[in-house]
Amino acid sequence: MMSSSNPNRLNASVRPGRIDRTRTIHATVDGRAVPGRPGDTLASAMLAGGDIEVGPSIQRGRPRGVFSADCTEPNALVQRLDGDCPEPMLPATEIELQDGLRVETLSGVGWLSEQRDTAGYDKKFVHSDVVVVGAGPAGIAASLAAARGGARVMLVDQHRELGGMLLDGQAHIAGHPATEWIGRAARELAENEQVRVLTRATALGCYDHNYLLIAERRADHPDAPPSPTIRQRLWHVRAKQVVLATGAHERPLVFADNDRPGVMLASAVRSYLNRHAVLPGREAVVFTTSDSAYSTALDLLGTGARVPAIVDTRPEPPTRLVEQVRAAGAHVVTSAAVVATGGEHRVSGVRVRGIDGNGSLTEWSAEFPCDLLAVCGGWNPAVQLFAQSGGAVRWDPVVAGFVPSGAGGRSARVVGAARGTYDLAGCLAQGFASGAEAATLSGFRTAPPPVPQVDGDRQASRPRPVWLVPDESRSPEECTEHFVDQQRDATVADIHHALGTGMRSVQHVKRYTTISTGLEQGKSSGVNAVGVLADALSAGSPGEVGTTTFRPPYTPVPLALFAGRTTGRLYDPVRTTPMHRQHVEAGAVFEDVGQWKRPRYYPRGNEDMHAAVLRECSAARTGVAVQDVSTLGRIEIVGSDAPEFLDRIYTNGFAKLAVGKARYGMMCGADGMVLDDGVSMRLAEDRYLMSTTTGGAAKVLDWLEEWLQTEWPELDVYCTSVTEQWAAVAVVGPDSRTVVGRLAPDLDVSAESFGFMRFHETVLVGGIPARISRVSFSGELAFEVNVARWYGQALWEATMTAGSDLDITPYGTEAMHVLRAEKGFVIVGQDTDGTVTPVDLGMDWAVSKHKDFIGKRSLSRPDLVRQDRVQLVGLLPTDTTTLLPEGAHLVEPDVSRRPPVPMAGHVTSSYHSAALERTFALGLISGGRQRIGEVLCAPVGGRDVEVEITSPVFYDPEGARRDGPEQG
Amino acid sequence: MLLVRCPWCGDRDEAEFRYGGQADVDYPADPHQLDDAAWGEYLFVRANPLGSFNERWVHTAGCRRWFSLVRDTATNEMSPDIPRRRESR
Ligand SMILES: [Zn+2]
Repeated sequence: MMSSSNPNRLNASVRPGRIDRTRTIHATVDGRAVPGRPGDTLASAMLAGGDIEVGPSIQRGRPRGVFSADCTEPNALVQRLDGDCPEPMLPATEIELQDGLRVETLSGVGWLSEQRDTAGYDKKFVHSDVVVVGAGPAGIAASLAAARGGARVMLVDQHRELGGMLLDGQAHIAGHPATEWIGRAARELAENEQVRVLTRATALGCYDHNYLLIAERRADHPDAPPSPTIRQRLWHVRAKQVVLATGAHERPLVFADNDRPGVMLASAVRSYLNRHAVLPGREAVVFTTSDSAYSTALDLLGTGARVPAIVDTRPEPPTRLVEQVRAAGAHVVTSAAVVATGGEHRVSGVRVRGIDGNGSLTEWSAEFPCDLLAVCGGWNPAVQLFAQSGGAVRWDPVVAGFVPSGAGGRSARVVGAARGTYDLAGCLAQGFASGAEAATLSGFRTAPPPVPQVDGDRQASRPRPVWLVPDESRSPEECTEHFVDQQRDATVADIHHALGTGMRSVQHVKRYTTISTGLEQGKSSGVNAVGVLADALSAGSPGEVGTTTFRPPYTPVPLALFAGRTTGRLYDPVRTTPMHRQHVEAGAVFEDVGQWKRPRYYPRGNEDMHAAVLRECSAARTGVAVQDVSTLGRIEIVGSDAPEFLDRIYTNGFAKLAVGKARYGMMCGADGMVLDDGVSMRLAEDRYLMSTTTGGAAKVLDWLEEWLQTEWPELDVYCTSVTEQWAAVAVVGPDSRTVVGRLAPDLDVSAESFGFMRFHETVLVGGIPARISRVSFSGELAFEVNVARWYGQALWEATMTAGSDLDITPYGTEAMHVLRAEKGFVIVGQDTDGTVTPVDLGMDWAVSKHKDFIGKRSLSRPDLVRQDRVQLVGLLPTDTTTLLPEGAHLVEPDVSRRPPVPMAGHVTSSYHSAALERTFALGLISGGRQRIGEVLCAPVGGRDVEVEITSPVFYDPEGARRDGPEQG
Repeated sequence: MLLVRCPWCGDRDEAEFRYGGQADVDYPADPHQLDDAAWGEYLFVRANPLGSFNERWVHTAGCRRWFSLVRDTATNEMSPDIPRRRESR
């Protein structure tokens, strides 16, 4: 009856199984070959070969065996060794057997590989009328009904083929084996082009407004192409209606030594028998609290196994079932429970005691030899997705499980076993009805099809859950071998220990004991823990204890799946200026500023950043240097009320700014904190061009539009982002006038004709229209030349040519930072952090006394006029070569260093200065402007750096260099 | 991912929007008429109800329009806001 290489494989005449017997394939487990058939899982192949034992348990090293046939598996966890990346903690019960599969068994914890996961992961975003999760009888029925109504249907199931629990049993539908009904349904759905069936796909999460995440496994199974491009795909689905037909998970039973290899869920035994044609044991005791395990007993008997006893906790199991198993050659022990198991690496026998109405053991006892103990502690409806989406669950004493509460008010419909309906006819009826209803509600009016005749129904007589089978000699506090969570090695004694510390909430007990924190996330351990707690607290029912929170993902998935293709170069969009190629050719080192790539510095030869920046700064202070400033945000502000609008937005006045002039402006939030800054030009009476910081452009546009739309809709103002329309260079240094003069031959660039903060429109050499302004962020004579974006490269080239004999030096953001810091100019977001006002920065000159603006009222709030607010100051380390780290804290020199140490302030910017020939910094110091000349300490790397407080303007405080050298 | 109904564009994913907090918190006509406590109230204090909440959204990655809606903070069920008549300024 058995084949030799797979001693436990049943003959096809006994059980055909859902396997392909024409092919043998091999996996390797811990270096040993494991043969099997396509259609096997790794676990079923191991069981076919007679291997039930897997890795020992995580904490206590106890022998453990394959326990389930689904995603609740606590023991048979393996690490994959083949494929693109060694993936940890995969249940052998869920891995499809395939040639070349290589794994090692684990003891409850896997390992992360240092190897990069090179497999392909992607995402797909779709809309659907009706999504049905779960392709058991209820889910198939729902899909058929909705599809027949014309709705776009998506049917999602974890497994390789449709059918769900029907494949584990022997039911008949309309007079034929259920597999025929499944086959017809699968064909009907496949032929309907409005229907998408996703198999090997797990609905991980069900979120607000019918949004689902589904992980599809496109590789790692025998039907996959040899080298699939995409290993897993994450589907983002927005549905009009969701039907959850997620089934139920069988509960284990909690008794002494319930973790011995050979103890297995009764439904798993049945699944291995019927789905995989594998007989996991020859002599099987069945221990149950409900009817479903009788089918397991009958299937075992029908395939030649011996069943020494069916141990039922109930005093009066249904007579029909008792007679059925008696006729098949087994007998039922009622009002009884398994209290102990024998054996070392596999169960060899069980001890059974009577159990009375209160759950106490009676004097009656018996012992039975066995190599398999099939257990059924009842069923947990799989309410995870329902609860995640906001649905409430309630304890149903009739089905002895947590079921969706009718009062949820949620749109997800739950059908079949997921709502505690375990009979096939009921599942089909609910499925058809909900599918038709979902289609109708999504716009496809249809009626449910008639429910076909079925047999093989489970009886629905009431289960009698026993949360804790008492130990024969020990109290519950001492039940250290009554396992509640096998993966975590957590026991009844652990729960009582948690109670002993004063915990009562199931949430606390879960975290304290680690029960339900493993791979199965409480699918099998959760309700048992609740039951043990309820008993210990003398609660009326598990419903009074409640459940822990159900959170996505439903089953574990690789993080790489969520990353998808958005890694590396595709992590974030990259923005480059038109001159980018020229910067690359000049050897620039780039930095990210928001999404922009900006040259940080341009090393020459073997220069490091330090040397390059000193050289670039010197060029700007003594000759001429050029920077690409195309990334600055630009917003055109147009309309008859534009002057009034800018007066309200900026802390300083813009309404009276003359056409042809530019002004530096600062803007604050309503709380008075600095938001952004930049120079705005008045192009015409009703037209300004605002510039923003590179990183602040989008935020500022949002800010302006918010005020225009929500507070001042009466203002005639339009804002348009024109950042992408312009390219610009800053030409800086004493020789910049010469360079710009050559660049713009028609323009009089003399100090007399072209004053500071003025702009002119002209045509550059080569006929490029340009707008040139005299603005300076370095204190040097400087020009900003703006051209239409597509002239960017030509502008850069023309500027470099015009300055070639003057050794015009391209400079990057680093030199720009140094040059501005030498002048005490702040960078919003570096020297400010959202808690700093213009007054704190010493920029009162930019704060109008005469007009109102956003944030002005806040500047007189008591907290903003405190004398000890932080203020921007300069900081000079006493040792001129010491560079303070940005972010370093500053403390009083004599203060005790016992925490908490009062903080005087911190360093916001810190650099080497070519002009000062020393290091320097800017910082925010409490009451700093009153403390110029005093000394503070910066504890850095275990030593104190002495720092003198100075004015923040280090270079050319008189502003003598702004207009450049005297002209002869 | 919420499904937010923009009055101009229809139902769109939440990712296209920016959340704007409680609706109908008007910028005071003259902030300088407010004492520190009242101004602080405007700046920092917002309702945080369990249940119906009138709130603002802006369709940042769409039509860029601001609008209000009513959301049940417990269930995230949303319904259109009935616009309140605003005082003219
Ligand atoms: Zn819109």
